[in-house]
Parts: sequence; structure tokens; C-alpha cells
Amino acid sequence: MMQTVLVLTAVIFSLAAAGAIIRIARGPSLLDRVLAADVLLAILGGALCVDMAVNRHLNNLMLVVAISIIGFLGSVTVARFVADRREVPGES
Amino acid sequence: MSPDATGMDYWVDLVSAVFMVVGAVMSLGAAIGLLRFPDLLSRMHAATKPQVLGLFLLLAAIGLQMRTWWVWPVLVVAWIFQLLTVPVSAHMVGRAGYRTKHLHRELLTSDELEAVVQKAAAKTAREDDSGDGSKK
Repeated sequence: MMQTVLVLTAVIFSLAAAGAIIRIARGPSLLDRVLAADVLLAILGGALCVDMAVNRHLNNLMLVVAISIIGFLGSVTVARFVADRREVPGES
Repeated sequence: MSPDATGMDYWVDLVSAVFMVVGAVMSLGAAIGLLRFPDLLSRMHAATKPQVLGLFLLLAAIGLQMRTWWVWPVLVVAWIFQLLTVPVSAHMVGRAGYRTKHLHRELLTSDELEAVVQKAAAKTAREDDSGDGSKK
């Protein structure tokens, strides 16, 4: 059963990561890209969690916490220094 | 863990498998929301699903799979840390999105921040008129 779950979650996480990457590439504004990068980090942490649960080890737990720290610091920093450079606001 | 572990093991495995699949579906839902929602604020709504509920489900699956009790406080600490940081970053992103007007105003049902922003803008304009000029 665990192998089936592993394959199923791998497929789902791959599709989710593809969607987040498409939004990073296409996103009309910088904040959309930051948000999609945050989601991509959350997906990565989730994949690490599934690996830990299926293989029954805890090696990645600090990595999951570090990923959440990176997502937090990155989105806060970029949101702090973002500026509006469009001529016509509200077009996105 | 217990002497009659065969039936128990099956159910714990089943619950953790359901948690893992649902937690993965949360991140898929976030990706679909990112792709389909029209503006930044509604995308932020979709983006919090894997960060809070998805991570909770996956950490609970880890705790069930490890079959020990000492791992639960560590997982709870990891989840609480995520709970503390996600609202702060969402607040910052939403604030910057409002200030840079990355929102579709016709989709809002109410905008309680607009009065505050206009009051602050009026105050800044008054201070500019009184002519200290040191601050833009």
C-alpha cells in the first residue's frame, strides 16, 4: 500500500509543481511569482514529508523547517521591496 | 507497538496513506488555484492550502508511520512554526499587492483598507502643504 501511495503522491506533487512553475514563468507581476515560489517550496516540503513517512525516517525534518524559513524570509523580503513600475495600474 | 499489531498496523497505515494523499491533493489544489484564479488576492487564498492544512496532514502521516510518541512534539513544533510564519508573509504580500494595485477592484465585496489609505494620503498631503519638504 505504501508503494502505491508513494507513486500516487509523486504524480500529484509533480503536477502541482508543474502548475506552480507555470505560474512563476507566466505570472503577470512580481508578487504572483513570489506567491508561486512560496507554493513551490511548500510542495517541496510536502514531498520531503511523504518521503519521511513512507520510508520511516526523520532525516529531512530540519530540511522541512529550513524550507519554511526560506519561504517566509523570501516572500517577506520581496514584498517589502516591491514597487509599482507600471504606467497603467490595475492591468494585471 | 502493541501485541495484536497486525490489525492495528493496517488501520494506522490506511489512515496515514489517506493523510498523505489528501495532503498531496492540497498542493495540487493550490497549483490549480494559482493557475486559474484571476488576481493576486484570490491566488493567495489558494496558496495557503498546502502551507497549513497540507503540512499538518503530512506531518500527522509521519507521526503515524513512525509509531512512536516522542516524535509528535517535534512535528507539532514544526507545524506551529509554519503557523506563525505563514500569516506574516501573507500579510506582507497582501499589503504590497494592495499598495501596488495588483487586485481586481470589481471582485471585492468590501474594501475596509481604502478609507485608512485615503486618510493617510490626506495626512501626508497636509504635511507636504505645511512645507517641511524633508520627507517625500
